[in-house]
Amino acid sequence: MSISTTLYNTVFRRNSVFVTTVFAGAFAFGIGFDTAVTTFYDRWNRGKQWKDIRHKYAESEE
Amino acid sequence: MLRRWGAGALNRTAPLPLFRPKNVLRLPRALAVRNASTASSSNAFESFLNSRVTLVSVSLFTAGSVAWYTHLYGSLPFLPQVHASLDSDEGLHPPAYPWSHMGLFDTFDHASIRRGYQVYREVCAACHSLDRIAWRNLVGVSHNVDEVKAMAEEVEYQDGPNDEGEMFTRTGKLADYMPPPYANEEAARAGNAGALPPDLSLIVKARHGGADYVFSLLTGYVDPPAGVEVREGMNYNPFFPGGAIGMARVLFDGLVEFEDGTPATTSQMAKDVVTFLHWAAEPEHDERKKNGIKAVILFSVLTLASLYVKRFKWTPIKNRKIFYDPPADKTH
Repeated sequence: MSISTTLYNTVFRRNSVFVTTVFAGAFAFGIGFDTAVTTFYDRWNRGKQWKDIRHKYAESEE
Repeated sequence: MLRRWGAGALNRTAPLPLFRPKNVLRLPRALAVRNASTASSSNAFESFLNSRVTLVSVSLFTAGSVAWYTHLYGSLPFLPQVHASLDSDEGLHPPAYPWSHMGLFDTFDHASIRRGYQVYREVCAACHSLDRIAWRNLVGVSHNVDEVKAMAEEVEYQDGPNDEGEMFTRTGKLADYMPPPYANEEAARAGNAGALPPDLSLIVKARHGGADYVFSLLTGYVDPPAGVEVREGMNYNPFFPGGAIGMARVLFDGLVEFEDGTPATTSQMAKDVVTFLHWAAEPEHDERKKNGIKAVILFSVLTLASLYVKRFKWTPIKNRKIFYDPPADKTH
């Protein structure tokens, strides 16, 4: 059974499954994309953002 | 170029018949001449020079160039001009400094923002307000919440009215805005020999050159050059338009003591306070750049996908061939 047939039988055959897949895929992509960009951004700006330096001041008061 | 063959073109266009018989088909002369003289290339060139279309288009091109130049540079080309003002009246253009947040992906250096806030608080805040920044804005940017609460509580704010309808003073809280050094603009002017210290909340956005300009201004105080008179109470700064600025040089080496041990040189303090002011003008900066990365990636993918889909859908239309199959003549 080829991949396209498998895909058709598992995802596209029933509309309820298809719509659910779309929504779940959008949700998963949103989280994954956001995580990927944030990881890159934090690595690029290592040591510059507040979360990188806040430990120096966290216990300074109270 | 225009001058060289402009005269000839004008001479040859002169004997053109201006009025023609009405029953003659009105063809543009250029078209008629070109059709009559396609046999020889030199004749074609002659007719090109003679044509009215050439004259009109060259005139339009010339007028357009002059208009474009005038619009771009504000003066007619090739005409000498005399200015009553000096170039120094515009202020020196600041050099472009390599800010740590200048790149497409770069956030602010938040340790620098913290030091810059200290410089603002200890130096600038004596004269300059920061109206649009509240204490809460510092939380999670340069200070933690306990530090900001402690700083806010050192300031007294007027509040009210209370149940008796009277105003009262209370200690500051996170939601309060930065206290202004003067009660109003008149008091600020009176305290500074008539010059109003501008609010610094948006100063980086509000000046040409932005952060580079503010940094250059803070570090650019020099003695006035020979021949330049600066009035009493004014100071010379080549980066300030006009050269004479009411604010004196305020940043000197060792003026503040940074808690992280950074040597407080003049340029270090200026760089830190400008970074702080840049954050004050664009507090959304870090988040904006992150969203920009996401938007560029997503829209690039969507653009490529739509281009692919367009080509995919149009392929059969672009590649089809239309044959004309004439009906067989069955009459004989």
